[in-house]
Amino acid sequence: MLELVIIGGGPAGVTAAIYAARKRIDFVMVTQDIGGQTAWSADVENYTGYQFISGLELVKKFEEHLKQFDIKLRKNEDVVRIKKTALGFLTETKKSTFESRSVLIASGRRPRLLNVPGEETFKSRGVTYCATCDGPVFANKTVAVIGGGNSALDATLQLINIADKVYLINAAPKLSADAIMCQKALTSPKVEVINKAVVKEIYGKQFVEGIKLDVNGALRDLPLKGIFIEIGSAPNSDIIDFVDKNDSNEIVIDQSNRTSASGVFAAGDVTNVPEKQIVVAAGEGAKAILGIFKYLMTLS
Amino acid sequence: MPTVKVYSTPTCPYCIRLKEYLKQHGVIFENIDVSLDQKGLQEMIDVSGQMGVPVVKIDSEIIVGFDQERIDGKLGL
Repeated sequence: MLELVIIGGGPAGVTAAIYAARKRIDFVMVTQDIGGQTAWSADVENYTGYQFISGLELVKKFEEHLKQFDIKLRKNEDVVRIKKTALGFLTETKKSTFESRSVLIASGRRPRLLNVPGEETFKSRGVTYCATCDGPVFANKTVAVIGGGNSALDATLQLINIADKVYLINAAPKLSADAIMCQKALTSPKVEVINKAVVKEIYGKQFVEGIKLDVNGALRDLPLKGIFIEIGSAPNSDIIDFVDKNDSNEIVIDQSNRTSASGVFAAGDVTNVPEKQIVVAAGEGAKAILGIFKYLMTLS
Repeated sequence: MPTVKVYSTPTCPYCIRLKEYLKQHGVIFENIDVSLDQKGLQEMIDVSGQMGVPVVKIDSEIIVGFDQERIDGKLGL
């Protein structure tokens, strides 16, 4: 039996793996990829030691650091379920299972879905969650960004340089993003903000052809080719059902990264730690391993 | 050697990772930047039936996304 399974390969998981390797804990790291959300960050200007680094460059540094150790790494594997066993825990992926005395959940977050008809059907057929990746595909087209926060405005500002017209569809009465971003978007002749607008349906044939909105009670139909959904993120916490979670479905931890289930620890953006920052997640990963090390000592 | 074609944009993290991965393994490939090449973009949409990047074409097989296992299997990496 392993001493530990680390789930996730973002800043929390990677830092945890480095700490665990240095503590000579017998563990396996299970993750879809290395970097997690960090890979999607354009510019990072607040990670200690780097005045400026791109998200992708920082991920490369993470990978280089990990390679210094002989780590049992299972990449391209998604954990589907964590179960309790007599002596510890069973972590299941689609391909394998791992039995361990403790578990560290550092599974991060994923983009939040709109949950409207057409969203799933037209995913990658006009519906996307990443303006940085897919924006250039919509050159000289009409597109919509759904949301009103910083990530929605960030997508809008990127798309101004690519698309012909950008509808910014916001459910609230006004935008909630930083004033400087809103100012930039509002002064662009390409941008039309539609407040108090609820998306009812995304429609098309093989690809997206338009979107239906309820704008303050009135129905509006916008023909367009691309829809960028930027309404925040949700924690990847559904893999476990025996720890306490808050109203946002985040795993509740104490100051030593312990969850409500003895032996299960959590770190990074999947937890109720309010600051979702790369540097914070990295620190939480370190803290978690120091806590796990003490926990494992109590078992032996 | 199989013919390898990559449809990508310069900004997408998985496109960058995919191209680096192929280079690391000495795979020679043609890169089509669909942000600049409208004809290439249409070709990508036609062959893959979708608009997400990256798309890899290995001989006649289409792989959407950086699916390392399928790429490894197809190229014997």
